[in-house]
Amino acid sequence: MSKLRSYALGLAAATALAGPAMATDVTITCRCVEGGVNSAAAVWLKTSVIPGFETMMKATGKDVKVIFKEFAGKDEQLTQQLALDFSTGAGADVSSFDGFLIPNFVDAGLLKPLEEVAGAEVNQWEGWSHISDGSKELMSYGGKAYGIALGTDSRMIFVRKDIFAQAGIDADTWQPTSWKDVLDAARTIKKAMPKSAPLQLNAGVSMGEATTMQGYWMAILGTGEGMLDENGKWIVSSQGILDTLNLYKTIYVDEKLGDKRAQLLGDGRNRTFANFRDGKTAMLVEGDWFYRSVTKPGAEFEVKDRDVNMTWKKMPAQEPGKGFRGQDFVTMSGGTGFVINPNSKAPKESWALLSYMNSKEQLDAFQAINPRVRIRDDVWIPNSDFLTETSQTLLPLTTARPNNAYYNKVSVAVQRMTEAVVSGEQTPEQAMAQYKSDVTAIVGEENTVSK
Amino acid sequence: MKNFSLLSVRAGTLFFSPAAALVGAFVIVPFFWVIFVSFTNRTLLGKTALNPEFVGFDNYVALFNMETFFTRGQFGFSLILTIQFVLLSALIGQALLGMILAWLLQSTPKYVKLFSESAVIVAWILPEVVIGFAWFAFLDYDNGTLNMLTTALGLEPGDWLLDNPFWVIVFFNTWRGAAFSMMLFNSAFASLPPSYFQAADVAGATSFQKFKDIALPLIKGHVVTDLILITMWTFNVFTPFLLTQGGPSYRTELLSIYTYRVAFKDFEFGKGAAVGVVIMLINLAFALFYLRIAKQKHKGAE
Repeated sequence: MSKLRSYALGLAAATALAGPAMATDVTITCRCVEGGVNSAAAVWLKTSVIPGFETMMKATGKDVKVIFKEFAGKDEQLTQQLALDFSTGAGADVSSFDGFLIPNFVDAGLLKPLEEVAGAEVNQWEGWSHISDGSKELMSYGGKAYGIALGTDSRMIFVRKDIFAQAGIDADTWQPTSWKDVLDAARTIKKAMPKSAPLQLNAGVSMGEATTMQGYWMAILGTGEGMLDENGKWIVSSQGILDTLNLYKTIYVDEKLGDKRAQLLGDGRNRTFANFRDGKTAMLVEGDWFYRSVTKPGAEFEVKDRDVNMTWKKMPAQEPGKGFRGQDFVTMSGGTGFVINPNSKAPKESWALLSYMNSKEQLDAFQAINPRVRIRDDVWIPNSDFLTETSQTLLPLTTARPNNAYYNKVSVAVQRMTEAVVSGEQTPEQAMAQYKSDVTAIVGEENTVSK
Repeated sequence: MKNFSLLSVRAGTLFFSPAAALVGAFVIVPFFWVIFVSFTNRTLLGKTALNPEFVGFDNYVALFNMETFFTRGQFGFSLILTIQFVLLSALIGQALLGMILAWLLQSTPKYVKLFSESAVIVAWILPEVVIGFAWFAFLDYDNGTLNMLTTALGLEPGDWLLDNPFWVIVFFNTWRGAAFSMMLFNSAFASLPPSYFQAADVAGATSFQKFKDIALPLIKGHVVTDLILITMWTFNVFTPFLLTQGGPSYRTELLSIYTYRVAFKDFEFGKGAAVGVVIMLINLAFALFYLRIAKQKHKGAE
């Protein structure tokens, strides 16, 4: 009997030893699913980053296994997941992250500077010298880096040339210089195709930050205002806000130029993509992600013969010269990248993975799968009209969101305000009054200003 | 008088302690923790996550601030909406429909009874996510079954989830929960002596007279139990979230969904805890009422 037991023990010990006893697990997650949302990032991680990283670590004598979790939900759901994970010491070691959330997470102690998590070797990384200070800022707060951005983006009006042609407008020569130009084009198309929803400007709560970034900001900047004034106070009542809300009212309520349902329903953003794909929408204000990923050949919302049927235009200010900083055209930029979980049990390996992902070699590989403007200056830029033109014409005009811990909450108040107008429940004046009381409750009256 | 006991005090305590420890750790401690958090401005994100402050009754005062109380997306609006939801979907919908079904099933052939019962019970036992998805597909504007039927009949398709979200969740909850009332009333009716009804038949009573004058008075206790139970369940139900996410524009934001949003989407733990405490008090009132009725019934039976 005791002999049998010793055999069993020996067997158990042998099994334990035979396994990769020294292997370290590193988990990485992103809002990306092969064949679904951000498919290219998932493919890049699976085929290039993870195998390359495991091989590299093995060569240095470390047995590291990377576990990849594909997150298929919405951006807001990932934020919710990360906030809860980080606060309970759970979650992936390396996670995709939208830069604008960093102040809020940092103030709550849910993120730590990279050098604090992974040690001084962070500062010795060769990549920093290839990343401009502005690009570092995308994932920084208070002068400290919390992650590395994958790239930056910009926003514009995407246009269906074929639909324009059907309404008798030549999209190639058309460049709106005021909101009126945009609305007039929409009216012409609506007249020719009464069932269409020619113009879509994001609004509503369910789209989350997409409403604020692609919708509200793109309009409010055109009135010459931002969300904060030059003294850093939140503007809660102004002509610019009113004009912006009236623009929404014109589009969705008065003239029904846009598809209101897509702004109010839970799966709204995908509905706007589908509308554009199906030619129901001829003008959609979106980020360059829409071109790079959403409508590209083979994707779910692929636009047929995209090079012929689709183009992009700069978003005009309300009137020429009336835009933010006196500009004629406006755009917004943000940055998403990856951060390291402050509770990571393998911080060194996590940093090794993060820096490896952002090595020239790996970003070059990503460019082959899904080209975009990268923040590293030594990464090959693909020969694409879209990328060259957008980076040259839009990046000089761009604006970034305030790096402010209140921004996230105020942004939700903006989403509510636009939803109230678009659904027809409140007039722009009522919605702005509600916004004023919401924001005052968030930031305190001394930090607000009425114009 | 000495109580009869099955076990010695020591053994009893020993057997009781694991359950007591679990209940203590997962019910009693969180209970007091929630009450404590409701007096702070604790959040998950931002500065107040690390350094929450004691704010006294501020969270409660804010909930009952009459200036915003009735505004959509605020506590008062959700409270009133929930009361309407309970009245319409539980008391009128589930109880009435369950009662009618149960009464009709008394005099139908056996296979009809079996079929109807199975159909109603299936609606009750299916997993919530499956139900939510099925209803979503049923009501979809572009490809939904309901709109296919209406257009086939030559009617305009309806945008149900957008134009009438409240009625959708009322119908949904009625459909979902009628089975419980039906089963409860069914067994109550079955317990009545058939001779009462045979005598009534001889006297030439109609079905409605038999229902009103014989059946209903005899099952009164069951009816009260049913009403209290489904009121409590409906008051706390979360499933409509699967259909509407509380929207559009908070028009279907029941109290349970409101609490979820405040605590786990806006991450305002302090305020969310205050809402939780208020809901708990309302539930406590229901439960006490229920216990009192049950006690009275018990006394009556003695």
